[in-house]
Amino acid sequence: MKKLLNRLVAIFSIFSLLLGFSSAQARVDGDVITLGAAVSLTGKYSTNGEHTKNGYNLAVKRINDMGGVKVGGKSYKFAVKYYDDESNSKRAAQLAERLIKQDGVKYMLGPYSSGLTKAMAPVTEENKIPMVEANGASRSLFTKGYKYLFAVLSPANQYLEVAIDLAVEKNGGKPVKIAMAFEQDAFSQDVRLGILEAAKRTKSKIVIDDKLPKELNDMAATLAKVKAVKPDVLVVSGHSKGALTAIRQISEMKVDVKMLAMTHCDASKLAKQHGKKAEYALCASQWHKSLSYKDNYFGSGLKYDKDFTAAYKYAPPYQAAESSAALLVYKDAFERANSFDTKKVRDALAKTDMQTFYGNVKFGSGGQNTAKPMVLFQVRCTGDKCENKVVAPTKWASAKLVHPIPSWSKR
Amino acid sequence: MDLLIFEHPILIVQALMDGVLLGILFALIAYGMALQWGVMNIINIAQGELVIMGGYVAYFLYMYGIHPAYGVIVSPIVMYFVGIGIYKLVINKVVDKDLFTSILATFGISILMMQLMNFVFGADVVVAQSNFGTTMLFDNSVTLPNSKIFASAVSVLAAIVLVLYMKKSKLGRAIRATAQNARAAKILGVDTEKVYASTFGINAALCGVAGALIAITFTLHPYVGLPYTVRSFMIVIVAGLGNLPGVALSGMGLGVFEEFADYLLGTEFRIAAVFLLLVLILVYRRFKLARSREYLK
Repeated sequence: MKKLLNRLVAIFSIFSLLLGFSSAQARVDGDVITLGAAVSLTGKYSTNGEHTKNGYNLAVKRINDMGGVKVGGKSYKFAVKYYDDESNSKRAAQLAERLIKQDGVKYMLGPYSSGLTKAMAPVTEENKIPMVEANGASRSLFTKGYKYLFAVLSPANQYLEVAIDLAVEKNGGKPVKIAMAFEQDAFSQDVRLGILEAAKRTKSKIVIDDKLPKELNDMAATLAKVKAVKPDVLVVSGHSKGALTAIRQISEMKVDVKMLAMTHCDASKLAKQHGKKAEYALCASQWHKSLSYKDNYFGSGLKYDKDFTAAYKYAPPYQAAESSAALLVYKDAFERANSFDTKKVRDALAKTDMQTFYGNVKFGSGGQNTAKPMVLFQVRCTGDKCENKVVAPTKWASAKLVHPIPSWSKR
Repeated sequence: MDLLIFEHPILIVQALMDGVLLGILFALIAYGMALQWGVMNIINIAQGELVIMGGYVAYFLYMYGIHPAYGVIVSPIVMYFVGIGIYKLVINKVVDKDLFTSILATFGISILMMQLMNFVFGADVVVAQSNFGTTMLFDNSVTLPNSKIFASAVSVLAAIVLVLYMKKSKLGRAIRATAQNARAAKILGVDTEKVYASTFGINAALCGVAGALIAITFTLHPYVGLPYTVRSFMIVIVAGLGNLPGVALSGMGLGVFEEFADYLLGTEFRIAAVFLLLVLILVYRRFKLARSREYLK
């Protein structure tokens, strides 16, 4: 029995060696350009990891079906080599190392979340491998002077700035009182910095500035303070758990506030889980299907929504849309570089200036996308059915902002 | 900005109420932990995951259109058997080993349970709507969600039932005997193996009740178990083993302390303050014991 086991182990080892060897050939092989990606397929980011992967896959299929990538007069197809980073930043860094050193990948796609992108970026940077990422918005990613990191999404500090401007506008241009409740993680603290800047710019006053723990599931104390102080706007950011906890406790504690602005409403399926209780909440979003951006591959946001839903049986959250956009950016860069040289591809990426269904893409010196504003939508309900309607910027607004939020006694 | 509580004294009432209601719920989880720690000498790192799994049982009912409050009945039954299963698979192999082995084993169980829940229910954060409404006091300036009041009432009821069971039933007496001296209990004919299995099952059932209550008062996702483990651990450390009034009091005390720390020191120091308190209590107890020439086990 033991002998048999030993043999099996030996056979298995040989197989894995062979597999390792064959994948070391990957890069640009024949007519295939292999991109490397570590995404969270298990662990706490697995839902968003799945959205990321589906976004990548849909774009790969679309680009390949429409003739692929043309480099040097020849047509190439995209393929993505995936690993599961287990939602663990150490694992993500190891996998970046593995993709580059062992699998010979020369072009990387980003993982899900700022934390994991932060873990991978030093590795890609050190090896001078371009990484186009679509799910790491933390500002600190773009202040480190990385040359090979490009993000198609707007940085985190821009998420809720629009809400403060909107509140000031609704207050007749006068400064407002702001209450903030932010989780203590890289992303939410960046969103907070954006609010601080907006407050300074508009001379608004911060009346509550609570930093919530990472395991946040109770913000009753913060909301009691909000009830006592009566600010003009309450800003909350704490991923899905923050959004869901906030709405649950705001509705239970009957907290009346003129404006409530949050992040991650989409990811937490706020409108579905809380229904009418979530009505009038303002949510920051990287993308919405109703925006009027266009491209040759997916057409428009509405078409993307339809195609994605047909392929994966659920409506695409913005995490999927931005992931698809990353592939469009890569394709464009390869064609402009007209080469597989990583340095040339990197330079072409840096010069990107294009429109995709997801929005305009143009990279700043730190690699952040400077051409796309954030949008704000408001949860609106007709009967029991609740939907997200874009209310700002006014250029794309599909509904009028309801302000101030009606008090709980009238809802 | 941090001293809002003095500008708005009504916040003191709110903090007290919130703290007590939160504390009672934590005390329930801590009581389960104290019970099996006392009887089996096992520190259960997977306590929080048992709670969350209990919560998912209630959420499962909710998904099928049943009011999640019924989870308070269904969840302990399901979790009792889950507890027995875990005992038979893992815990019975570490029950007479040193504390470190049991910590490692239960740590492993906690990781496994997290991934299992992730696999079955997904990593999304979920809420079960109870629609219990809100109780308003003092001209609406103090609000108490009825779900929290319900949670506290059920916790108290569960504790009373358990105490009666431990005092009156045959198994309860056997559990208490085993906790006092397992070897002597065995000699006197108590089936300690069965006692251990039941104790772990009862602990899991208590976690089930608490989980169902958490599903209707807070939010659930597979990775949120740790705070429940840590808090119940602290309550037990402060109260000591086998001391139900102590557990209840230290639970509520901790809840209130946490709320006030939030108002006085700022939200970011809320958890730090709790840990500081733990250190202070341990140091105090160390000195107190040193004076009577005992030592902290």
